[in-house]
Amino acid sequence: MTESPLVQQEEADILRQAAAWKAEGRDVAIATVVSTWGSAPRPAGSQLVVDGAMNMIGSVSGGCVESAVVQEALDIMESGTPKLLEFGVSNSQAWDVGLACGGKIQVFVERLN
Amino acid sequence: MKSDTLGQIQSDRDGKKPVVRALDLATGDEHLIHPFQGNSNDPLIEAAQTAALADKSQVFEADGKRIFLQVFNPPLRMIVVGAVHISQALVPMAQIAGYDVTVVDPRRAFGSDLRFPGVTLSNDWPDTALETLTPDRRTAIVTLTHDPKIDDPALNAALKSTAFYIGSLGSRKTHAARLARLSAAGFDEAAQARIDGPIGLAIGAKSPAEIAVSILAKITQTLRQGATEAKTASVTRPDKAEASAMSPTA
Repeated sequence: MTESPLVQQEEADILRQAAAWKAEGRDVAIATVVSTWGSAPRPAGSQLVVDGAMNMIGSVSGGCVESAVVQEALDIMESGTPKLLEFGVSNSQAWDVGLACGGKIQVFVERLN
Repeated sequence: MKSDTLGQIQSDRDGKKPVVRALDLATGDEHLIHPFQGNSNDPLIEAAQTAALADKSQVFEADGKRIFLQVFNPPLRMIVVGAVHISQALVPMAQIAGYDVTVVDPRRAFGSDLRFPGVTLSNDWPDTALETLTPDRRTAIVTLTHDPKIDDPALNAALKSTAFYIGSLGSRKTHAARLARLSAAGFDEAAQARIDGPIGLAIGAKSPAEIAVSILAKITQTLRQGATEAKTASVTRPDKAEASAMSPTA
């Protein structure tokens, strides 16, 4: 699948939404897929934006790890300290959420300042 | 991410300018790189150029740092010169593949809204139209009229742009004559080699729709694998001479 042009249009729209939420005075965190191994569901650059009320737009995995990312995002909105998360079936000690497809992804989560 | 960074990404995108966000994965420090502005030997900027050309966000590792290069490219565009039968097939296919398509034909009877519903049409001469459209590294240009009066000014303008793909319909004979005219107009061999002709990937296409598939396949190959690889791949194909996509009237 060569989905990147569409993905990128989508990514631009997601960031537009992040800016709009921020302008309304909401807390906003952005999660970005930065690297993938194996058959990861979304390519590097895919983004998920979350606000303080757990509204979200976009995705980093097509549903597999979003809830864990949202939990981290809420902490990061408070602390302001960004974090690099890793998910994958082989990384069971850190996370009990895995990617059903057997891939592995790294997701960078940061606050929109 | 800073709100300023986000605002700049959006305005670059609105201005059809490629921009790469460089993000330090250890610290969250970020800055924006405009990969094609100015020359630089900085390996980070070179990596940003590579990422932007491949349209692929990726991690760059140097000096023990991991820098994520997130590519924000302007949308893909296709400029189709000649509102002909093949264009009627190529335009919807290109739109499905994600291209923002403009059809240019100064002959109003050809380039009418009736024949191309919902498509941006220009009835300007191609050199004027291309000047307005300012093709960039995310633009493919295809000439399909095989009328030198219309195709030649389009190719002249296309070769002066950074368009990632330039293709021109016509038989080997037509193409050789075209290259001779471009040569007389001062375009060297390297410039002439940028033109894909006879146009398209060698798949034995016959009908207008099949020729459109062949053209879109070649454009995709050039976009994803680069012009050099695409060229080598098609040159080594033994069936190229017989099966090159050409119009029967060429």
